[in-house]
Amino acid sequence: MKRALALVERDMRKFRRSPALLVSSMVLPLLQLIILGNAFGGNIKNVILGVVNLDHGPESVTVMERVRAVGANARTFLPTDYTDQGAALTDLRKGALGGVLIIPQHYSRDLLEQHQPHLALITDNTDRSVAGAVGEQMSTLVASINAPQVPPREAPQAALDVVEVYPYIDYMKYLLPGSVSLAIFVTAMIGGGMLFIDDKSRGLHEGYMVTPITKWELILGFNLSGVIKAMLAGETVLVLGAVVAGIPNFFQPVRVLELTLMVGLTSVALIGMMFFIMARISDPLVPRAIFGVLNTLLFFPSGAVYPIAGFPRWLRWLSAADPFTYAVHAFRSLLLKDIGISAVTNDIFALTLTSVIVLSGATLLFRRTL
Amino acid sequence: MEAQIQTADSVAISVQGISKRFGALLAVDNVSFTVAKGEIFGLLGPNGAGKSTLIRMLTTLVPPTGGTAVVAGHDIIHDANAVRERIGVIPQNMTSDPELTCAENIGIHARLYGITGAERRRRTAELLEAVGLTDRANALASTLSGGMRRRLEIARGMVHNPQILFLDEPTTGLDPASRISVWEMITHLRSEQGRTLFLTTHYMDEADRLCDRVAIVDRGRIVAMDTPVALKSSVPGASRIEVQFEPDLPHGASDLEKLPAAQSVRALGSATYRISSDRGPASAIEIVELARGLKLELKSLSVLSTSLDDVFLHYTGHGLTEMPEAAVPSGAGKKGATR
Repeated sequence: MKRALALVERDMRKFRRSPALLVSSMVLPLLQLIILGNAFGGNIKNVILGVVNLDHGPESVTVMERVRAVGANARTFLPTDYTDQGAALTDLRKGALGGVLIIPQHYSRDLLEQHQPHLALITDNTDRSVAGAVGEQMSTLVASINAPQVPPREAPQAALDVVEVYPYIDYMKYLLPGSVSLAIFVTAMIGGGMLFIDDKSRGLHEGYMVTPITKWELILGFNLSGVIKAMLAGETVLVLGAVVAGIPNFFQPVRVLELTLMVGLTSVALIGMMFFIMARISDPLVPRAIFGVLNTLLFFPSGAVYPIAGFPRWLRWLSAADPFTYAVHAFRSLLLKDIGISAVTNDIFALTLTSVIVLSGATLLFRRTL
Repeated sequence: MEAQIQTADSVAISVQGISKRFGALLAVDNVSFTVAKGEIFGLLGPNGAGKSTLIRMLTTLVPPTGGTAVVAGHDIIHDANAVRERIGVIPQNMTSDPELTCAENIGIHARLYGITGAERRRRTAELLEAVGLTDRANALASTLSGGMRRRLEIARGMVHNPQILFLDEPTTGLDPASRISVWEMITHLRSEQGRTLFLTTHYMDEADRLCDRVAIVDRGRIVAMDTPVALKSSVPGASRIEVQFEPDLPHGASDLEKLPAAQSVRALGSATYRISSDRGPASAIEIVELARGLKLELKSLSVLSTSLDDVFLHYTGHGLTEMPEAAVPSGAGKKGATR
């Protein structure tokens, strides 16, 4: 154990002298949190909507008034009048418009004669988010036109009230658990992968192998120093991210302790996984080459940026095998729901199991000789 | 359980039929020898001869394919950690951490040997003083010159006061002044502390100057082993004469072979010949007379004593820098060959 601590001392001295690892480990997750959190979190506004009124009857005026009301208030779209349907569609294809609303000829007459006239909304479906927002707003608008002007004395419809259990969660808060996991992963990748292989290829490991340090002490030393670095990065992003995202009651001692436990467990699992992957590698290019692949394979299927419920079946299987998934779920439960450690026992079990498997595999693969 | 091997009190290293194979390449081929306590023993051979593989097996870095060795009384295969506790290793590559200071490098290495606290600080200061790096104690290893870095490596290898010190090509890549400094340090380590030193080198002058005994290694085998003096005297011709004619001799080397004092003649090309002789000055006079008789000009003539270079040539049939193609390990790097 004493000899393993020599490796920890060495890494900590280097880490303190050059905090580049800590900084580089935190920059990506924090940038992602701030930029993606703000980019994806807001409502869609100010989409230019071309309106072609081919009717000019009294009912089309009502539609135009409602459209202008949206433009003045919710501002989901800003209406622009077109007289020529062809010109409007050309502008839509050029990207000058986000959608085109066409009020057909005889719309007012057909409506009064109860012939169920159709308004046409043509959207640019290369951007599904914009098309969806405009479509949703127009559906609401049409529903309001169809609603009776004088409500019946007794409302026959059932109503649905949606009640949210937790306070409003914006996207930045939603993203924070993934950012904390990503900070730990990046540290594991740089500190546990790249630097480990760099040291090996520079012959530094040869210097340790001629000493009486045992295989177990080497594995313990390399992993322990990696875990300490990953925990430092994870905790830093956790605290900064919680402040930036505005997590309520974050600094409650029990909650901080629970989160620290999860940061530690995630660090052990990810550092162990990296050590397992790197146990037999000696080419310094390999960890650099697989960094992006691992990031994509682990981060995106974990539900960090999009709910797993929306994944196809095969991707859900990948999520289930991904240790990131359990880390993200645990951080989300503790950060956004504040429901205590008992709610994340499955995640603790999964991360512990991952740690045992990868560290056992790494111990089998790791060679104490050159 | 610690397997204490019974060896003669005077033996520091006993190598018994050790071999190492990397795929199809036999890097070390059934090598046996012993090294006495307090001796400086050198392995001399060109790059790729198997020196580094042999030293890596003896320092437990590479497991042998066959045979074994007893180092400091312990078997390298069955009692590797006991061997590691008793040896110091200065590898061919610089293994000190460039991002740590000199004192940190030594201090962390001390901890790897279980030396902590005040004892660690005392040993670090002592060793920095011994290798002349006290004023660079807090300098990063990356800022040291090649010679200083090698001295730091030696200090690191000495941190636990080992019985045997292994040095793998300790002066490769150093400038002449740094080489002499390292040589003095190696001589000091033995003379002051009676330690056994085992070194590999491909420098003839280094082996000649430092070693009590030298083993000449070629293609994984030891082809000769003795003191440098005995090895040199084993080569026919105590002197060698190198001569260049202008123009060349009419019958080449056979003209020189007729000289009474010449024992052997080798054509080196460009009308240059190397003559081995027991009587250097007499041979030189005969060569001058031969040139005068044939009306040739002597462009150069030098009389030299036999060196380990001649010994190497005599025993291997090629010069130290003329490694035969067949002996160069193909794809050795991929398989981790360390010849």
